[in-house]
Amino acid sequence: MKLDINKAKEFYSQMLLIRRFEEKCAQEYSHQKIRGFLHLYIGEEAVGVGVIDALSDEDAIVATYREHGQALARGIPANSIMAELYGKAEGVSHGRGGSMHLYSAQKRFYGGNAIVAAGLPFAVGMALADKMAKRNRVTLCLFGDGAVAEGEFHESLNLAALWNLPVLFVCENNQYGMGTALKYAESETNISKKAAAYKISSHQVDGMDVLEVSKMAQKAIKSIKAGKGPQFIEAITYRFRAHSMFDAELYRDKSEVQEWKKRDPLLVFKDRLKEMDIVINTQEIEKEISKTVEDAVAFAEAGTLEPVEDLEKFVYSQGAVK
Amino acid sequence: MSENITYREAVKRAIHKALKEDERVFLMGEDVGRYGGSYAVSMGFLEEFGKERIIDTPLCESGFTGAGIGAAVNGMRPIVEIMTVNFSFLALDQIVNSASALFYMSGGQFNVPLVIRMATGGGNQLGAQHSHSLEGWYAHIPGLKVLTPATIQDAYAMVGLALEDPNPVLIFENATLYNKKGDFDEKAPVLAIGKAFVHREGKDITFLAYGVNLLKALEAADILAKDGIDAEVIDLRSLRPLDNETIMASIKKTHRALIVDEDWKSGSISAEIMARINEDAFYELDAPMARVCSREVPFPYAAHLEQAAMPQVDKIVQTAHEVMES
Repeated sequence: MKLDINKAKEFYSQMLLIRRFEEKCAQEYSHQKIRGFLHLYIGEEAVGVGVIDALSDEDAIVATYREHGQALARGIPANSIMAELYGKAEGVSHGRGGSMHLYSAQKRFYGGNAIVAAGLPFAVGMALADKMAKRNRVTLCLFGDGAVAEGEFHESLNLAALWNLPVLFVCENNQYGMGTALKYAESETNISKKAAAYKISSHQVDGMDVLEVSKMAQKAIKSIKAGKGPQFIEAITYRFRAHSMFDAELYRDKSEVQEWKKRDPLLVFKDRLKEMDIVINTQEIEKEISKTVEDAVAFAEAGTLEPVEDLEKFVYSQGAVK
Repeated sequence: MSENITYREAVKRAIHKALKEDERVFLMGEDVGRYGGSYAVSMGFLEEFGKERIIDTPLCESGFTGAGIGAAVNGMRPIVEIMTVNFSFLALDQIVNSASALFYMSGGQFNVPLVIRMATGGGNQLGAQHSHSLEGWYAHIPGLKVLTPATIQDAYAMVGLALEDPNPVLIFENATLYNKKGDFDEKAPVLAIGKAFVHREGKDITFLAYGVNLLKALEAADILAKDGIDAEVIDLRSLRPLDNETIMASIKKTHRALIVDEDWKSGSISAEIMARINEDAFYELDAPMARVCSREVPFPYAAHLEQAAMPQVDKIVQTAHEVMES
């Protein structure tokens, strides 16, 4: 794969932004500035960054509850994400969504789903609408391996294949559905095989290598945009942190985590750059990112509280349908 | 100009009109196409509008209801048909956790202009998995709107009302109403969502009902009139939002309330209505409120048992007498 220096910087910056943003989230969580469930994406950065890079602005994203990284990769400002985590009016969902419910109409980012497979039928419907309206757009549907055991996974893959819909399913297989290892939850742990059973073109990819993910996603999207129907990518990845901030992580050995950390997407990417003789100024990027994260916290801190009088605002949309 | 048509025909005409007038409208559900609809509502639509707009789905309520939500958010106007309210529970996650909440969770960014129609109610000897009246459960959920057409006019009008609404709207069509005939005028004025309708004026007792039980309440009112009891009969029409104003105005007039609902009493919309009357019009009451609901059993198959489980006209008449005498 050819990689120009600007793209190299972009990939590195985005992955580092997710890493530093979320490290800060964990910190602010321990300071009780952020509450509720907080699911960190650390370790999985290469998946979101690699796949989302392959999309155009017109394409849509349906994400999961571990979606800060995906939202950042899509270009939703760190400020408004952090403000949402702080429960402030300036947050993407005006403090009504929180960590698990980030949205952006402008960026065509449709969640933020806290129910593991709920986004799959939704993505099928998004793609159905595009097909019916003859818009050549793709809906990217991100979900974890935990979603695979739900009926909606199977219903949605069947519908997408049956109706030949422009949807890219990306399973972020981080090996655990909450605290239960995949092998204890699935009779067949090769998830791409399940998708293939629905006659969907399915692939596994190294989810720790942003370049591999990116290459695979570009190919898949090209095929979808050529009208060839849904594609399925199983990205093999690993979350370095606990499932959520409440998780004491008693279900896995520290040695296992250490082993995976050797394949940290940031390290893997640095190695790939070395192989390709591409030199980027990582210190400079680190500095920029650090400022972005600090600014986000300052923005969230300075944010205002949504007035309690507006508690019932946005329950119903008013007026006639457009 | 008025004509005499069935409830089925009224629903059918409304969907037909919507399909004709708006390219974004499409119908999706089990058996809606080649079969012509479980209750024959969409017979002939596939031939006329094609398989792109009359979409037969596999038996996967959650999948196709969720697809309806996604399509609605992405610019289409889907009408999702679920064969019966019992089956809608397979799609409960999509309806309750996604459709109802998306506008709120997204801070007003994504509304869901989705219409979901389903059959409800017993009386056809279909047993416990096809017969229940569970619309009151959906009426519990903020973010949803719940419509229950009882008349031929509303069977027609409510499809249009639902499609015009930017929110997810659920329409519950009582399965025993499809063959009922009545006067229909396409140009008749339409009451908005959230408005109840005083179907029969009276001064002694207020009957509150919706769907097929409106007809039973009206029949009971005719019988009671012969005994000198003048019942006011209100068609609730919409269970969410519920029209407090019309209900309370009637209680202030009659000072007595009887609710007829085919759902079970426990935790039902009838319980909600009683609570609201208690909150807003307690001192207007001259007698304890009453209700005629279904017996607390999963609906049985045998005709005599099923009928015994459901609200009946004689029971409404008897209960009204008890309220008047208390």
